[in-house]
Amino acid sequence: MFSSLRSLWMVFLKMFSKRVTIEYPEQKAYLAPRWRGRIVLTRDPDGNERCVACNLCAAVCPTDCISLQATEDENDRRYPDYFRINFSRCIFCGLCEDACPTYAIQLIPDFEMGEYNRQNLVYEKEDLLISGMGKYHGYSYYEQAGVAVGVKPKGGGENELDPVDVRTLLP
Amino acid sequence: MNDTLFHILIIVGVLLGSVTIAAGLIYVERKMLAVWQQRKGPNRVGPFGIFQVLADMVKIFFKEDWIPPFVDKKLFIVAPTIIMLTILMSFAIIPFAPSWVVADLNIGLLFVLAMSSLGAYTIILAGWSSNNKYSLLGGVRGAAQMISYEVFMGLSIMGVVIQTGSFRLTDIVEAQQNIWFVIPQFIGFIIFLIAGVAETHRLPFDLPEAESELIAGFHSEYSGMKFGMFFVGEYLGITLVSALITVLFFGGWLGPAFLPPIIWFLIKMFCFILFFVLLRATLPRPRYDQLMSYGWKLLLPLALLNVLVTGAIVLLNA
Repeated sequence: MFSSLRSLWMVFLKMFSKRVTIEYPEQKAYLAPRWRGRIVLTRDPDGNERCVACNLCAAVCPTDCISLQATEDENDRRYPDYFRINFSRCIFCGLCEDACPTYAIQLIPDFEMGEYNRQNLVYEKEDLLISGMGKYHGYSYYEQAGVAVGVKPKGGGENELDPVDVRTLLP
Repeated sequence: MNDTLFHILIIVGVLLGSVTIAAGLIYVERKMLAVWQQRKGPNRVGPFGIFQVLADMVKIFFKEDWIPPFVDKKLFIVAPTIIMLTILMSFAIIPFAPSWVVADLNIGLLFVLAMSSLGAYTIILAGWSSNNKYSLLGGVRGAAQMISYEVFMGLSIMGVVIQTGSFRLTDIVEAQQNIWFVIPQFIGFIIFLIAGVAETHRLPFDLPEAESELIAGFHSEYSGMKFGMFFVGEYLGITLVSALITVLFFGGWLGPAFLPPIIWFLIKMFCFILFFVLLRATLPRPRYDQLMSYGWKLLLPLALLNVLVTGAIVLLNA
């Protein structure tokens, strides 16, 4: 009985304490940099697509909302022909970001993607691609990789030795 | 002629006033709950969200008024009207200010008790006609709760009646010129308050409609304006109980003369309405058997004892 009265009084005193409401459209809540929101495709420092169309994101996606088709350009550089994310299915789990070997696919702190038409939630590559590098600055997959696709000559990458002519290594 | 006109004005005023207050309570309750939960509450529709009531009303009028095919159609339609009817009838005997009363019955208090007993029909009929186990459980609970709390709701105000010697509410208010009955009848006041909460089946005694157990209890199957009538009926009930507490224990319209009597009445009434909301914001719902044993084993003997002691003192002084 006493505790009921005490809690009545304490709840009454809440009248004078600070409100915790964040009035959303006018006031935005703080979203951490690694907050998992809208998915973007980033570019490397040269402004080319990072995505190499390896399909790992599509494979790991628990809701199968990523769809892409790999293709190659004249330098044999792999890139997605189309890259499609159905955000009406996406659960923003971030597994695609974890799976991506080239830091291409990233989740950014933005959730304001409401649409009246469900079909508008299917984002194509041009909707997903951003012009910047996202969370990983200065990283370029083809600068590190051993293959030459027009970014650098064979053996010209960072931490990469000159190519070896296997035929000269004979004893 | 003038008297008749005045009387009609009062009838219309009480009817419109009580329904308006009850509808306005939708806003008051949401806002005050928010205030006590450190939120902001409705603040989008109009300044401070005061047009929220209108928005809610418009919304509920445009909702589909669905009558499920398996219900007992006649009772299903009649049930929500009863609660509005009985509570609005009870408002007829509330004196809001000197001579501002629709029907100054000499059995006023008994009339209120009778009407609030009839209110139990709403819950039973709604629960029964819905043809749904949750509704039925809610209806049965509601019936048991209202009937058992009715008993000592009546007994708790007998102390006031003994001290006044009249069932007429105007007499009861005038008997409080020297001292409000809340002081000599403090136990009666507490019991009446608790019984009032149970009678309007408000939280913490909202077992007939306990969301976590019974979906929405007796009004699970209701939608649209029929649901709205239950809703407004509940708020009307709060207003009625607050008005009764004001009349019986807090001197009705009496107060220092710098404000007109009706204002004093409304101020006191709103204090109790806010207290009802505060109760809702604070207390958890008891278990059903706890509710029953609390009523029969604690409050009923206490109410009887209160009647006994009051009667003895009145006899000694006489």
